[in-house]
Formats: sequence, C-alpha cells, structure tokens
Amino acid sequence: MGNITLKNVRKAFGDAVIIPDASLDIRNGEFVVFVGPSGCGKSTLLRLIAGLEDLTSGQIFIDGKDVSDIPPAQRGLSMVFQSYALYPHMSVRNNIGFGLKMAGLPKDEIDAKVAKAAATLNLTDYLERKPRQLSGGQRQRVAIGRAIVRQPKAFLFDEPLSNLDAALRVNMRVEIMQLHQDLGTTMIYVTHDQVEAMTMANRIVVLNKGNIEQVGSPLELYNKPDSLFVAGFIGSPKMNFITGPVAAAHKAATLGIRPEHINVVKGKGEWQGTIHFAEHLGADSFLHVDTVQAGRLTVRAPGDFEGRPGEAIALKPETVRMHRFDEKGLAIR
Amino acid sequence: MATQHTRSLGRIAVAPSVIALFLWMIVPLGMTIYFSFLRYNLLDPGNESFIGLINYQYFLTDPAFLKALGNSLKIVGSVLAISVIGGTLLALLLDQAIYGRNFVRLMVIAPFFVMPTVSALVWKNMMMHPVSGLLAWLTTRLGFEPIDWFAHYPLAAVVIIVAWQWLPFATLILLTALQSMDEEQKEAAEMDGTPPLSYFRHMVLPHLARPITVVVLIETIFLLNVFAEIYVTGSGGRAGNMPYLVYFQGLLNFDVGGASAGGIIAVILANIVAFFLMRMIGKNLEG
Ligand SMILES: Nc1ncnc2c1ncn2[C@@H]1O[C@H](COP(=O)(O)OP(=O)(O)OP(=O)(O)O)[C@@H](O)[C@H]1O
Ligand SMILES: [Mg+2]
Repeated sequence: MGNITLKNVRKAFGDAVIIPDASLDIRNGEFVVFVGPSGCGKSTLLRLIAGLEDLTSGQIFIDGKDVSDIPPAQRGLSMVFQSYALYPHMSVRNNIGFGLKMAGLPKDEIDAKVAKAAATLNLTDYLERKPRQLSGGQRQRVAIGRAIVRQPKAFLFDEPLSNLDAALRVNMRVEIMQLHQDLGTTMIYVTHDQVEAMTMANRIVVLNKGNIEQVGSPLELYNKPDSLFVAGFIGSPKMNFITGPVAAAHKAATLGIRPEHINVVKGKGEWQGTIHFAEHLGADSFLHVDTVQAGRLTVRAPGDFEGRPGEAIALKPETVRMHRFDEKGLAIR
Repeated sequence: MATQHTRSLGRIAVAPSVIALFLWMIVPLGMTIYFSFLRYNLLDPGNESFIGLINYQYFLTDPAFLKALGNSLKIVGSVLAISVIGGTLLALLLDQAIYGRNFVRLMVIAPFFVMPTVSALVWKNMMMHPVSGLLAWLTTRLGFEPIDWFAHYPLAAVVIIVAWQWLPFATLILLTALQSMDEEQKEAAEMDGTPPLSYFRHMVLPHLARPITVVVLIETIFLLNVFAEIYVTGSGGRAGNMPYLVYFQGLLNFDVGGASAGGIIAVILANIVAFFLMRMIGKNLEG
C-alpha cells in the first residue's frame, strides 16, 4: 500500500519560508507529478516526504501512520536522485543490493532480488561493472534498480531524466511508465518539464512559490486551469494572454486562448494582423502574429501553411475555448 | 590534443628547469658517492686515499646500523599510523557542523607551521619535562608518578613530537577529501538505512583511499629524514635513526668517508621503501 497524505506541511529554512502550507492526498498506485518553475520547492516537498528534510510544522502520513518523525529508511519509500547518487566504489550488483544488505537480508535472497531487478531493467550484463563504466542511461537504470529491489510503498523521483539527452529521455520516460504499470506502486515524480508531466501523470500537482496552485489530471489542468499561472504553465506553446478592450468585451481582466484554438481564416476574421515570424516544425507551424486588436499572439497552423513574415493574416478564435481570468489571476467560470 | 610541434616545444621549454634540478641532485649525490670510497677523516686531513668498499663494510656491520634502521622504521610506522588514523578521526569530527568550526580548524592545522626544532624544544621543556612539564603536572594531579619521557621512553617521545607535527597535515588532506563527498550519495545511503559505521566502511573509507595514499607517500618521504626532533631533544643515543647515525659518523666521529657510505645506504633503503610503496599504492592512485 502507498497512500501518502500531507497535512498543512510547512517548511522554512531559517527565515525563508519555502513551503508555506501544503496539503495533499496521494492515493495508492497513483502516478503523481510535481511540476513548477525552478526554485518553486518541488524538490523540497519531495525530500520532506522522503524524510531527508525535517518538517517545520504539519504532518505526513503514509498509509494512515504519522511518519513525520520517522527516519527515511523506515518510511518504506525509495528515491531516485537527479545525479543518480550511485555508490562509486561498488559494482552495479552491490549498488542495487546495498539497501537489502543494510536491512539484514540473507545473501541468497539479496542475489535473487538483484538478479530479478537487473533482468527487468536490462542490466544483467553490467552487474560486475562500476558506475563510472556505464553510460548515463545505464546509470539511471541502476538508480531505478536500487529503488525497486526494496519493494517500497512508493517511489520518489527527483528530475531523474534531466541529465539524459532528448532521445534517451523519451525512452526512459516510457520505461518508467511501463514500470509503473507493471508494479502498480505509487510514484511521485518531480519535473519542471511540462511535457513529461502531461504524458506521465495520473494527476499533476502544480506548484508556485511553494504553494499548491492546482491538482488535477493532465486534461483537467489543460481544459480548466484555475489560475493564470497554471494556464501559462501547462501547454506548449504557452497560452496567449490578452488584456485591454478585447478582454473587457468578454468581461474579464485577462483573456486566455491557446495557440491551437486560434484558426487562420480567409476573409476578415475576428482579428487581423501580420506574421512576425513563423516556426515550421513539420507537423505544425507556429506563427507569431502582431494583431491590431489583441497584440502579439502565437497561433498554431497546419504544417503545410505557407505564410511568410510580413504577410497579412486574419484570425478567428474558438470562443468556447477561451479562458477568462479576473484581476487576481483566478479563473472566472 | 598536443601536436608533435607543441610537444617538442614543451620539452624545450621545460628543459632548463629539468637540467637545473638534475644538477641540484646529481652533484651532491656524486660527491657523496665519491667520498664514500675514500678514507677521509677530519682529524687526519690531507691524507685521503681510495679504500674501495671498506666504508660500506664497516657501516653495515656496525651494530648501530641495525638499531638506527629499526628506529627509522619504527618512527615512520608509528607516526604514519597515528597521523592516518588520528587524522581520519579528526577530519570526521571537523567535517561536522560543530560550534566555532573555523577557529577549531585553524587551531588543528597550526602545529604544521611550527619549526621542528621549536616544537622539539617546546615538547622537551614544557610538555614532557619530568619536573616542570605539563604532562608531569597532569599525571601528578591524577595521582601517578610523572614519566621522565626522554630518560625512559625516548623513542616514544620522539614519535609523539613528530606525530604532533604531521597529524595536522593528514587531517587537512583528509578533511578536504571528506568535504568533496557527494551530498546526494550521503542521502541515498540514508534512504538505504545505512548505519554510521557501515556508512564509514562502505562509503567514506573507499572515498578516502586515494588521499590516504597521498598522505602515506608524502609523509614517508619526510619521516625517513626526521632529524631535528632527535638532535634537539638529545635522544640520538637511543632513538637515533639513519640520518642521525650519518650525522654521528660524520660530525662526532669525524669519519666523512663512513658517513658518506651511510648516506648512500640510506638513499638506497629509502628507494627500496619508495619502490614497494609505489607498487602497493600505485593501484590506489590509478583507480
Ligand atoms: N538547505 C537549504 N537552505 C536554504 N534554502 C534552501 C535549501 N534548500 C532549498 N532552498 C531554497 O528553497 C527553494 C526551493 O528549492 P527546491 O530545491 O525545492 O526547488 P525546485 O523546485 O526543486 O527547483 P529545481 O527545479 O531548480 O530543482 C529555493 O529557493 C532554494 O533556494
Ligand atoms: Mg529540484
């Protein structure tokens, strides 16, 4: 089982309050992603759950048991670090088995578990190597192997893929999701990459300056952002924000519309402008358009769109897909 | 990276200093070798004559030689043991966030900057003096007889003085190494539930293997040459090592030929020690 509950968790380093007041319920078997800009306290929150940092106040429960004062090893969680944090002087075999050895398991049992984990992660051929003789992706797998042999109640990942190149990152992303499917264990995953968050998560927790802005499934966050911050953070390219008369016409302080919900039309359209420049990605083209009514907007057009910079263009937003926000940046529904 | 051209340029550029260093070493060594084959006594100047290996034969069969060799090894071994073990413990202590850590660190490093002659005098007259020394005062306060270190345990006294000087060096190097330990690795070990002793054995010690090797190598070279601490405290009679024996032959027996032979033997022995050290330790440095 791996239900994790945070209750009014607060963390301050000296005078600096990093997490003011966070409450969160994570259900058994969920894949939860913490996402937010750099420095917003994602790692800190994860480390609080792991027990690597002490709470300033509040409580953390695992399966209903208050673990706030219990040392990390006894919380039954495994962590995969951003730098992998492998033990450099030990072979892959000993790296994976070390936690079990410290837990006092008999040797043959450790060997069996290590062999099984290594087989799952395609590491069998590398068991006798030292970490420095492995590639980045293999090291990452060893770090995951070290986490899975302990059969934890939940896995904690702190930006585990950020040191890998783009192609490998996609592979490992799939492997981690596969692992989640096979094991069915709760996973908490920290990233500042919103694509990772959208593709992997059952639920996303968006953090802003230590506050939990919104919790929800990827599509909930995409379709119904509670605030300007979430609206701007989820989705790529970023949502367009329009202020002034256009927003006022819709009775909002700020009007949000995603690039994929603005259509290029023949004729007059609703907004007119000129193409400032165009990014052609093959499948899509992203146009940066200077409009008369709404200022600079990003628009998604089909891949075969042939507009050139300087050309005039007419746009029509999908009105039902517009998001309205008040002066405080909260959604008006 | 280096092309043929830059490499030969590099060689030419370092040549003057290499040649100067080589001469610096080879001239005194050559003269010592030359003297070691002569009958050359300061009480009988002008009568030097070539006598082959006689000086070596006398030096090697002198009972004082084995004793000096033994003392040399005892000093090197004991001081190495004390400074490496003590240095590791002190470094572990200083790596903690203790109150006034910077000041404590400075104090721990301080003995390294004291001249050997000065520290020998201070230890002999202020610390280990059987009547007015601090240690005597302490032992008396505790109700024991004060120890007359230089009368009864001259070798131990010399070892203590030398260790006091070299402990800071080992501490400094090992502390630097400890501070470079990976923070996340420490936390990974914490998540794995590693008790402190296992953490020390499986993570810290392997991490320290290399710096310990460096400490052992450097200290061995210097400890084979300990002289001031023995000379100044007047413990040469019983705690004299190889350098002291050479001094004794040359300047107390006025036998320059014999002293030179002793010097050459000391050089050869030091090289043997260095050879085995490198063999033993080379592996560590590669890894
Ligand atoms: N030990 C510490 N002492 C003081 N401040 C800290 C400490 N650890 C973290 N902080 C501060 O807490 C804030 C949040 O840090 P945290 O590492 O949780 O950010 P993050 O969301 O993980 O960012 P990133 O995406 O860059 O990893 C930062 O402003 C950081 O400076
Ligand atoms: Mg972080």
